Amino acid sequence: MSPVLAGVLQLLALIAALALAYRPLGDYMARVYSSEKHYKPEKWIYKAIGANPSAEMRWPAYLRGVLAFSAVSVLFLYALQRAQGVLPGSLGFQAIDPDQAFNTAASFVANTNWQSYSGEQAMGHVVQTGGLAVQNFVSAAVGMAVAVALVRGFARSRTGELGNFWADLVRGTVRILLPIAVIGAIVLVACGVIQNFAGIHEVGQFLGGSQQWNGGAVASQEVIKELGTNGGGYFNANSAHPFENPTPFSNLFEIFLILVIPFALTRTFGRMVGSLRQGYAILATMATIWIGFTALMMWTEFAHHGPAFDVAGGAMEGKETRFGVGASAIFSVATTLTSTGAVNSFHSSYTGLGGGIQLLGMQLGEIAPGGVGSGLYGMLVMAIIAVFIAGLMVGRTPEYLGKKIGTREIKFAACYILVTPALALGFTAAAMALPTPPHSMLNSGAHGFSEVLYAYTSGANNNGSAFGGLNADTQWFNSTIGIAMLLGRFLPMVFVLALAGSLAGQKPVPETAGTLRTDKPLYTGLLVGTILIVTGLTYFPALALGPLAEGLAS
Amino acid sequence: MNNSVGNTARLIGAGLRALLVLTVICGVLYPLAVTGIAQALFNDKANGSEIKDKSGQVVGSSLIGQTYDLPKQAPSDPTAGDDAEEAAKPDLRWFQPRPSNGLGANSVNTRYSLILSGATNRSADNGAVNGKCTKDSEEGSLCAQVVAAKEAVIAENSTASYKVEPEDVPADAVTSSGSGLDPDISPEYAKLQVHRVAEQSKLDVKQVEKLVADHTTGRTLGFMGEPRVNVLELNTALKALTKS
Repeated sequence: MSPVLAGVLQLLALIAALALAYRPLGDYMARVYSSEKHYKPEKWIYKAIGANPSAEMRWPAYLRGVLAFSAVSVLFLYALQRAQGVLPGSLGFQAIDPDQAFNTAASFVANTNWQSYSGEQAMGHVVQTGGLAVQNFVSAAVGMAVAVALVRGFARSRTGELGNFWADLVRGTVRILLPIAVIGAIVLVACGVIQNFAGIHEVGQFLGGSQQWNGGAVASQEVIKELGTNGGGYFNANSAHPFENPTPFSNLFEIFLILVIPFALTRTFGRMVGSLRQGYAILATMATIWIGFTALMMWTEFAHHGPAFDVAGGAMEGKETRFGVGASAIFSVATTLTSTGAVNSFHSSYTGLGGGIQLLGMQLGEIAPGGVGSGLYGMLVMAIIAVFIAGLMVGRTPEYLGKKIGTREIKFAACYILVTPALALGFTAAAMALPTPPHSMLNSGAHGFSEVLYAYTSGANNNGSAFGGLNADTQWFNSTIGIAMLLGRFLPMVFVLALAGSLAGQKPVPETAGTLRTDKPLYTGLLVGTILIVTGLTYFPALALGPLAEGLAS
Repeated sequence: MNNSVGNTARLIGAGLRALLVLTVICGVLYPLAVTGIAQALFNDKANGSEIKDKSGQVVGSSLIGQTYDLPKQAPSDPTAGDDAEEAAKPDLRWFQPRPSNGLGANSVNTRYSLILSGATNRSADNGAVNGKCTKDSEEGSLCAQVVAAKEAVIAENSTASYKVEPEDVPADAVTSSGSGLDPDISPEYAKLQVHRVAEQSKLDVKQVEKLVADHTTGRTLGFMGEPRVNVLELNTALKALTKS
């Protein structure tokens, strides 16, 4: 069997597995977020929090919950890293420097998991397992909560109420993420992912002497890192490290974990707004872009244009033998089209065009299928833009799911889509214009520019993957990427919740013969086109200077 | 005013309590439970898939690649000067893994000599001269590494009766992996080393060929990943063979 055919079969197997999980998981999540019942252990949690989980919140209250919880999380994680030197179970690692601790705290709370540190050299058990891994759960649950609040905005009428943030946060964590994580972690251990508290210890070697390993709770962190589309590796090499991703099966399983919730949430959406077909239209949009990008990535990596690959005879630099080109390409597209940023192969060493595909995937706003929760709300905002554009063409007030898209709604949607490009391009321009930041580039020329563009695109879109050549552990990059991650996560949430509140307050407009049908292939095509054009026009000049210049030169 | 300060404080308090409760669940109970189950059911794998040689000595992990280099000697030629940084020479008696000499050293935390993971992060045009990788490519660049690695693979593996041609060298033999700890090489690279290894350890080529064939793992279920040979397992078996 040729590697290309094997790659295609792996993609097909992945699609089949996702299709199998789609209905049960999507319906289950809809029940979780719609149920009136609180389980006993959940009641204890609400009691500890001091919140009434049945109290409905309007959008400002919901937003305050999101922001308060996230602000506390940033401070807690920052303090934990700063105190690492004196905490027990830290393996003797020192406190993290202030700028890097801020960057890491912002990164994990914003569901980005950009890492300017090297896991095995910097973080002990307490910070990794008690701090970073916890944010892998809760930052994902926050994303899902905001998505569900927006869905309720479409589903409800003549009320401003969007549900209860604390209930959504707790349910997302304990009813959805935790059970899947437990099962997934055991599967990963069965493949060979380590799970122990051995700390740093010596192991014998073939030619004598010994090597030093850093053991830890890797499987339990690896599974939620993928499932919550977080991406922060226990080890520096992330999911390329054999202790994080030991076999071809564990590799496909991890890609499955990355994609399963974001795709299934479209079913949840369809259920909650009372029309499964609307969910399918969104699903079709996501799947079209994802499959298209994966096919393009496989094509460019198997074709392996580039001077070093011409000599080597294949694009294997930065890729593991057990995965090869095909399984690496599938992973890298899944990770950049979601907000994951985990890597099983190193993006900086992809072909020039391959790097462009990764960049473009993030620049689309990570909506195909996107991060857990953030993918769905990002896509729904684009869906609103698409009906608005269609409405302009025929001169009608646009509607989506029985709600009028008026001035107020379109303003929130427009603000949403402006935030991340402004952050990514603004900071890139500033970094390139200043004298010192460009010193961090490892490669020169177009690829060096791509490193900086990639860093801010990844930060602002909460991805977290990197063109690793960039030395990002400087005060400039730690601070600015930290700010980009926080603003890139929470400003859009402000607009999404404001939009949700405004939609929930409307009375439904009856469907007429002139209403654009948003559950048909025509609309899916319009939506795909809108996404590509809006993003393409925004980022094309920057892409032309970086990956396109590199890719076309070879 | 007072009221809004009070509200904010209450909200922050609720956020903090929520975080602490969820930290206990997701940061303490969950990893401990998973560790318990993992240690009970998959003890060997949860602890790093160590492998032992015939004498029962642990020789590493089947998942973590090692280097098979000659011990660094005091310079035999004093006129060679003070080049203490001279690259380690491969011990050609053993099957060689993928290159990892382009990777950085532990510069962050010198307290330990942990095995480090990571990639070179070099781009495909790194060091290219006029769009080509040549011998004139800048030292340390990906171009220079790939060109040098290819030359070395051809020179080291050609024996009197077996000439390695440039087009026989697979990509994994001249590129570094993502983790820098890749435990595997492609079956093509293993086969390419058979003649050299047989000559060095005075074994029959057929015997070594069979060894490689026995240690070649195909794609999982026929389509997942790529075929591969685990270098540590192969060398452990080779050692057993040379001793018997």
